Amino acid sequence: MHKNNLKEEIIRISGASPNKCMKCGKCSATCPSFNEMEIAPHMFVDMVIKGRVEQLVMSDATNHCLSCFACVERCPRGVEPAHIIEAIRVIKLRQSGAPQITPAQIASVIDTEIPQQALVSAFRKFRK
Amino acid sequence: MLNIGVFVCWCGSNIAATVDIDQVVAAAKIQPGVVFATDYQYMCSEAGQKIMRNAVLEHKLDGVVICACSPRMHEATFRKNAEKSGLNPFMVEIANIREHVSWIHKDKAVGTVKAIALVNAAIAKVSLNAPLISGESSVTKRALVIGGGIAGLQTALDIAEAGFEVDVVEKLPTIGGNMAKIDKTFPTLDCAACILTPKMVDAASHENIELITYSEVESVKGFVGSFKATIRKKARYVDEVACTGCGVCMAKCPSKKSLNEFNCGLNNRPSVYIPFAQAIPNVAVIDPQSCIKLTRDKCGLCQTVCEAKAIDFTQKDELIEREYGAIVVATGFQPIKVDKFDELGYSQNKDVITSLELERLMNAAGPTGGKLQKVSDGSHPHDIVFIQCVGSRDCTARGKNYCSKICCMYTTKHAMLIRDKYPDINVTVFYIDIRTAGKNYDEFYRRAAEDYGVTYIKGQVGKVYEEDGFLVVQGSDLISNEQIKIKADMVVLAAAIEADPSAKKVASMLTASIDTNNFLTEAHAKLRPVESPTAGIFLSGVCQGPKDIPETVAQAGAAASKVIGLLVKNKLVTNPCVAIADEMLCSGCSNCFNICPYGAIGYEEKLVNDHGIRETRRLAVVNPALCQGCGACSVACPSGAMDLLGFTNKQIMAEVDAICKK
Amino acid sequence: MQEVKEFKPNIVAFCCNWCSYAGADLAGSSRLSYPAEVKIIRVPCSGRVNPMFILKAFEKGADGVIICGCHPGDCHYNTGNFYARRRMALLYSMLDFMGIEKGRTRVEWVSAAEGAKFANVMNKFTSDIIELGECVKLGDIRCKD
Repeated sequence: MHKNNLKEEIIRISGASPNKCMKCGKCSATCPSFNEMEIAPHMFVDMVIKGRVEQLVMSDATNHCLSCFACVERCPRGVEPAHIIEAIRVIKLRQSGAPQITPAQIASVIDTEIPQQALVSAFRKFRK
Repeated sequence: MLNIGVFVCWCGSNIAATVDIDQVVAAAKIQPGVVFATDYQYMCSEAGQKIMRNAVLEHKLDGVVICACSPRMHEATFRKNAEKSGLNPFMVEIANIREHVSWIHKDKAVGTVKAIALVNAAIAKVSLNAPLISGESSVTKRALVIGGGIAGLQTALDIAEAGFEVDVVEKLPTIGGNMAKIDKTFPTLDCAACILTPKMVDAASHENIELITYSEVESVKGFVGSFKATIRKKARYVDEVACTGCGVCMAKCPSKKSLNEFNCGLNNRPSVYIPFAQAIPNVAVIDPQSCIKLTRDKCGLCQTVCEAKAIDFTQKDELIEREYGAIVVATGFQPIKVDKFDELGYSQNKDVITSLELERLMNAAGPTGGKLQKVSDGSHPHDIVFIQCVGSRDCTARGKNYCSKICCMYTTKHAMLIRDKYPDINVTVFYIDIRTAGKNYDEFYRRAAEDYGVTYIKGQVGKVYEEDGFLVVQGSDLISNEQIKIKADMVVLAAAIEADPSAKKVASMLTASIDTNNFLTEAHAKLRPVESPTAGIFLSGVCQGPKDIPETVAQAGAAASKVIGLLVKNKLVTNPCVAIADEMLCSGCSNCFNICPYGAIGYEEKLVNDHGIRETRRLAVVNPALCQGCGACSVACPSGAMDLLGFTNKQIMAEVDAICKK
Repeated sequence: MQEVKEFKPNIVAFCCNWCSYAGADLAGSSRLSYPAEVKIIRVPCSGRVNPMFILKAFEKGADGVIICGCHPGDCHYNTGNFYARRRMALLYSMLDFMGIEKGRTRVEWVSAAEGAKFANVMNKFTSDIIELGECVKLGDIRCKD
C-alpha cells in the first residue's frame, strides 16, 4: 500500500485525529509501558502526522501497548494515541494475514508482571 | 412624487475621461421624478456644493442624487450641504461612478452604460427615501464599575480624575481583587501590595469615587446614557461607619474554624473578620454561615467587646438604586478547580498546591509569614516541581481550550523567587511551550533558566504519586525522549484561569454578549477591543480574556477613556438609520429579539386597531438608542414587520429593479 | 446566417458597507479592472440581505447574484455575516432545486484591504456566469418588452 494511503488508512480505522496533537507529551508521561516501547505514544502520533508510517508498521512497539487507554483518557486535545496504535496493529494483521505469534510461542514471551494486552482489551471492549 | 435633482461630477478627468458625462445627465433627466440634472467639474468643492444648494432652493428639490466618488468618501459632505440648504440630510444618495466605474472600466461606452445604471438605481432609491431625524438622548454623568480589582480600580480612578463620579461595586468585603493575593509581580519582581494598595487608598479617598463593597448589581435597565441599576448591599452585620477596624472582635471570636478565603483556604479565620490587613474599607464583616450568634442565637461576644458599638446583628440587605450613563464590567477571573485532574493528586496530597496557593505561602502577609514550607508538615522542601498548562489548552471537559497567558510568566517568577531565597531547593518546570511574548518577558524567563538554574523540561506530567513519604512526578522529557520520574517535596500546578462566575450573570443583565468560555465579547476584535457590542457597556481586564497586570491596566485606562468620551457629551445623537417595527404586521414572535446582537429590541403589550378589531398584542419595539442599524432583524422577521430605515426593503428592491432593467 | 450576439450577463453584487464595499472601492482606487456587468448595491451588512432581494433580482433578469461580506469573525455587527452565510446556504440550495444553478449564486468574504481579491472574485464569477449563459428560469414573463 502506498505510504499516504497507509497514513489515511490508519486515520480512518482509528478514527483519531493526529493533527490535533500539540506535542505536550502527556500520553508518553502517562504510558505504563513506555520503557517497553521503542517508539513511544507521542512519537506514534508524530510519525503518523509526518507520514513515516512504514516504520511504525515494522515496529514491534505496537505489541507492547497494553491498550490501557490511559493516553486516550489523559490527552488534553482528544488525539487518542491508543486508537492509532490499535489501527496499526489491525493493519499489520491484515497485511500478514496471520497473528504475530503462534499459540505455542505465547508462554515464552509472556510477561507475568504486566496485565495481558488481550485481556485488558477484552475488558475494555466488553465493558461497553 | 419627489422632485429629484441629479448632479454629475467630473472629478476633473477622473470620471470625465472614461464616462460620457453628457449622456449620463441626459439619461438622468428622463428618469421619473427627476426635475433637474446638471454636471460640474468638482461637486465636492465649495462652488460645486453651492450649485447643489442653489438648485435645491430654485427647483424645490426634495431628493438629491450625487454621481461622484464613493459614499464612504463624501456622503457626509453632501449630507451636511443638504442640511445647509434646508433639505433633510437623509434625502441625499450617492451613485458611485468613480471607484466603481470610471477607475475600472477603460472603455468609455461600457463605463457610461454602467454609470447610467448606477445613477438610475440611486434615483430609484432616493425616490423612496423619507426624511429621517437623528434622535437625541440625555447622558447621566455617572459611571458604574462592576468589580473592584486592579482593572475596576484603574478604570474608576481614570474616570474620576476626568471629573466624573464613579461607583465601584465589589462583591467581596474588600476591594483589591486577585492582585491583592499576589506576592511579587513579573517581570520586575516588585511587590504587588506596594503598587496595588496605594491605588486602593487613592480610590477610597477620591472625592468622585464611591466604593460599594460586599454588594452585587442585581438588575440593570435602560440603555446607553441612562442606565438604572439596582445594587444589593449585603448585610455586613457591622456598621461600616462606626467600625474602626481595631480587630478586637477578630481576636475574641470563639468560632475560628472557617477557611480563610483570602489565603486560599490554607489557614482559618474567625467568623467576624477583616479579609486582610490592608483591606479597604478596613471594616470587619460577619460570616453568617459560621457565626454562632447568627446561626444559633448564642455568643454575641464581639458585640460586647466592640468599643465602637459597630456590631449590629439586626442589619438587613439594602437595595440601592442609581442611574448611570455608562457601565464598565471588570469582573475578573478565578483559577479553575484542579481536583478533576486526579492524576496530579491535588485532592489526595496536601503538598500538591496551586500557584495561587504558593503565592500566599510566599507572601510575607500570608499564613506562614512568607516562609516557604510544606503544607503537610511544615518542613522545609528540597525539591519543587512546577507543572504548566493544568487545564489550559485542554479541549476536554476538565479544562479550558484557551491559553491562560499568565502561567508561563508567573511560574518563571515563582521558580526564580524560590531559587533566589532558598538556593538549596531544586526547581523543575514541566512545560508544553513557554510563551513569553511581552516586553522583557523572554529575558526574564532566560534569566530563570540561565542565572537561577531552574530546570525546564519540555513535556507533560502523567501522574504524581506518593512513595516513601515523597511525591514522585512521572513525566515525559520530549527532548531526550524519555519517561522520567522526579522526586519532589512539593508540586505546584499552574491552574488555568477562567472568567469569574459572576460574569455570566452580569453579561446577561447588561445584554452584553459573552463567548463560550464566559469571557465578554468585544465590539470588534481589533478596532473596538474595550467596548461591548451593547452601547454604553465597556470591558476592563480579564473579564474580556486572559491578560496580565500591565495589559489589564492598559485596558482599564482605555475603557476609562471611552467612558469619559461618552460622559462628556450632554446629548447623544442617535443614528436614525435604525430598525422599525410595523405594529400592524408584528406578531410578537421574538425572532428579531433573538437575532439582535445589541439587545435593542423589547416587547410591549399594546392596544392596536387592526381593521376595526381592537385588541392588545405583544409587539416588538426597537430602542433607537441601542439599535446600530445592521438590519439582521429585518431579514429574520417572518411577517415582514421589521424594516431598516435608510435601507428599507422597498429601497433595496427598487435598486435591484433599476440595475436589472435591460 | 443569424448573427450571434455576445452575451452580456447581468450581475448584482450586494456588498456590506464596512468591508466589501470598501474592498470594491479599493479595487477602484488601485485601478484593478473587473467586468462592467457587475453592479454593486450597498447594504449595511451582509446580514441585511433579504432572500427576497435575490429572488427579485432573478425575477427581473439578473444572471448571477453575489453577496460579499466581512470575513467570519470580522463583522462590524459581530454576527451578521454568519446569519448571511446560513441563510444563503439554504436559499441557494432551494434555488438550485428550482433550476437556478449553484454557480449563479455565491457568498464571498472580502475585507476592506482586499481590493485585488474583490476584482479576482468578480472576474471569476462573471466568467462562470457567462459559461452558464442567460438565466431565464425565474424571469417574470410580464417584464419582457
